[in-house]
Amino acid sequence: MTDLILTPNIDGVDDFYAELLAAHEGLSKEDSDALNARLVLVLANHIGDRAVLSKALKAAQLSD
Amino acid sequence: MFDDRYTLAYKRYPYKKSADQDAATPVRHPVVVMGGGPVGVATALDLGRQGIPTLVLDDHEGVGMGSRAICFAKRCLEVAGRYGCGKPMVDKGVVWNIGKVFNKDDQVFEFNLLPEEGHEYPAFINMQQPYYESFQLDRFEELQKDGAPIEIRGKNRVDSVEVHDDYVTLHIMTPDGPYTLEAEWLVGCDGAASPLRTMLDLDFTGKVFQDSFLIADIKMKNDNFPTERWFWFEPSHGGGASTLLHKQPDDVWRVDFQIGWDVDRKEEMKEENIRRRLDAFLGEGVQYDMVWSSIYTFQCKRMDSFRHGRVFFAGDAAHQVSPFGARGANSGMQDVDNLGWKLGMVIRGEAPESLLDSYNDERIHGADENILNSTRSTDFITPKSEMSRLLRDAVLDLSEKHEFARPMVNSGRLSVPCTYDGSPLNSSDALDGPARSRPGSVCPDAPLGDDFLLNKLGDKFILLTIDADAPDVIEEAGIQVTRLALSTTDDKSGALRERYLGDNDKAVYLIRPDQHVAARRPSFDENQIRAAIRRAIGKE
Ligand SMILES: Cc1cc2nc3c(=O)[nH]c(=O)nc-3n(C[C@H](O)[C@H](O)[C@H](O)COP(=O)(O)OP(=O)(O)OC[C@H]3O[C@@H](n4cnc5c(N)ncnc54)[C@H](O)[C@@H]3O)c2cc1C
Repeated sequence: MTDLILTPNIDGVDDFYAELLAAHEGLSKEDSDALNARLVLVLANHIGDRAVLSKALKAAQLSD
Repeated sequence: MFDDRYTLAYKRYPYKKSADQDAATPVRHPVVVMGGGPVGVATALDLGRQGIPTLVLDDHEGVGMGSRAICFAKRCLEVAGRYGCGKPMVDKGVVWNIGKVFNKDDQVFEFNLLPEEGHEYPAFINMQQPYYESFQLDRFEELQKDGAPIEIRGKNRVDSVEVHDDYVTLHIMTPDGPYTLEAEWLVGCDGAASPLRTMLDLDFTGKVFQDSFLIADIKMKNDNFPTERWFWFEPSHGGGASTLLHKQPDDVWRVDFQIGWDVDRKEEMKEENIRRRLDAFLGEGVQYDMVWSSIYTFQCKRMDSFRHGRVFFAGDAAHQVSPFGARGANSGMQDVDNLGWKLGMVIRGEAPESLLDSYNDERIHGADENILNSTRSTDFITPKSEMSRLLRDAVLDLSEKHEFARPMVNSGRLSVPCTYDGSPLNSSDALDGPARSRPGSVCPDAPLGDDFLLNKLGDKFILLTIDADAPDVIEEAGIQVTRLALSTTDDKSGALRERYLGDNDKAVYLIRPDQHVAARRPSFDENQIRAAIRRAIGKE
């Protein structure tokens, strides 16, 4: 089982962040929220590993 | 007739009537530089050192008050070093490496720029812009004394120009009235509001950000704030929506408050109102003197082309970026670095005029990179939409706990020199070497005994060989390329190997006068190197 990666892992992170913002550009708040929800599900499916996903949820909750 | 647009910190070139003003027909100069800011004066240093007569015209008589730029990056210092004024800058400036980021009032993380060893110049220094300009002007006067054909004329305001095929006519206003000059080449270094751009009716397009920032440079004795860069997102003191604190020499600190778009500038600029923000930020009872303050808005704009026949644009006149990331003066110096040798070669008849188009190609590439970076920083600091703000805040919240989010925090990506990937002057990369020294990149410095590599490269074409054979001099297409032969046996620190060889045990580099790599190969190949030289001077 792989561990949840919490150290920097994206090459060219500024490019990624800009692409993320660009995907939201021009959307209403509601449409933006929906996009984020879909994105979470796409990424979760890509990860697949249930244990990693649980850890990711914890990390996002900022709880220890 | 002469309303000063700003007050002077130092009067350096008082108006003196020139014989040109009484000439019956306009006197023609090889190069005229419009504007004596950091970029204009650097242009004269570069050309003057090549022996090319250069006349700088400025509508003031010295260095403007107010510090504006405070952060000067390594490449800018290296270029100033080559011109002969880098050392006093480093001696005066403060060196910093640590940055701290706060969200609300809590420190979320700290970073160390961890500058790489084995470079003569530090990654950054902080220093008030008037000092920077003064050191350049000291050097200017020194070169003049040594006979360099350079001159600067104060209170010489360029009011209009006529551009012809092979020269430019300039109409100039002085305290003694108008006169006319001609220039074979004109370099517009007249700043962000560039009157020259307007005279030629050229566009300056891009983005204006809907926010304003209040800068206050204050003098205080305060050990609570070390020599670090501190950036607050949404601090509770209410002084500003974001706040930046940065140390300068002479116990001066730069405080930068984000104050919103709809502000009454006049009201905000009143000392009592600035002090109200500062007191909220510093806490009651902290003693300080106000040195300079200003309100500015962000713009990221550039011209469509930096060359228009016999006219060039450089520095803020050509491109403007938001200050987060310190790319204004730093990129202006790279413009000069790029233009100087090319214009010199064309004036000496060593290269075709088309070489000058590569100034446009390469520096547009640089400007776009700078604009991209500072636009992103600005988007992070002043999010445009609710979602953009939510994502920004998520990054900040995560960054306190999780290391992965820290590189996403963008309070300014500090200026690094541009690599001219894809430049028409580059030869294709024939060495499987380190990416950082591929064709187009600026040569990374490396220690050589008591000296440094960049000093040895100087500002001529060089064939750098590392444990490789090659002739000591190559004459090609009318220019001379001399060899600098180095060996890894003298490379005690291993920096040369790491930065230029990688896994190879020898290499040959063709290096341009601005210290950018034009070509590299595993060994000397006469035909290939000759072709690379021709290509690098626009003859292939
Ligand atoms: C708040 C702030 C912070 C900044 N921080 C940084 C930083 O940390 N690092 C960095 O690298 N950059 C920074 N910058 C940017 C930096 O100040 C500019 O990029 C730099 O001054 C540009 O130099 P320049 O020579 O192109 O133009 P300028 O400095 O604007 O000089 C233009 C000159 O042209 C003259 N001129 C204008 N019109 C005429 C005319 N008609 N005839 C003759 N002369 C004329 C002017 O009087 C002036 O002397 C900052 C800018 C601001 C506003």
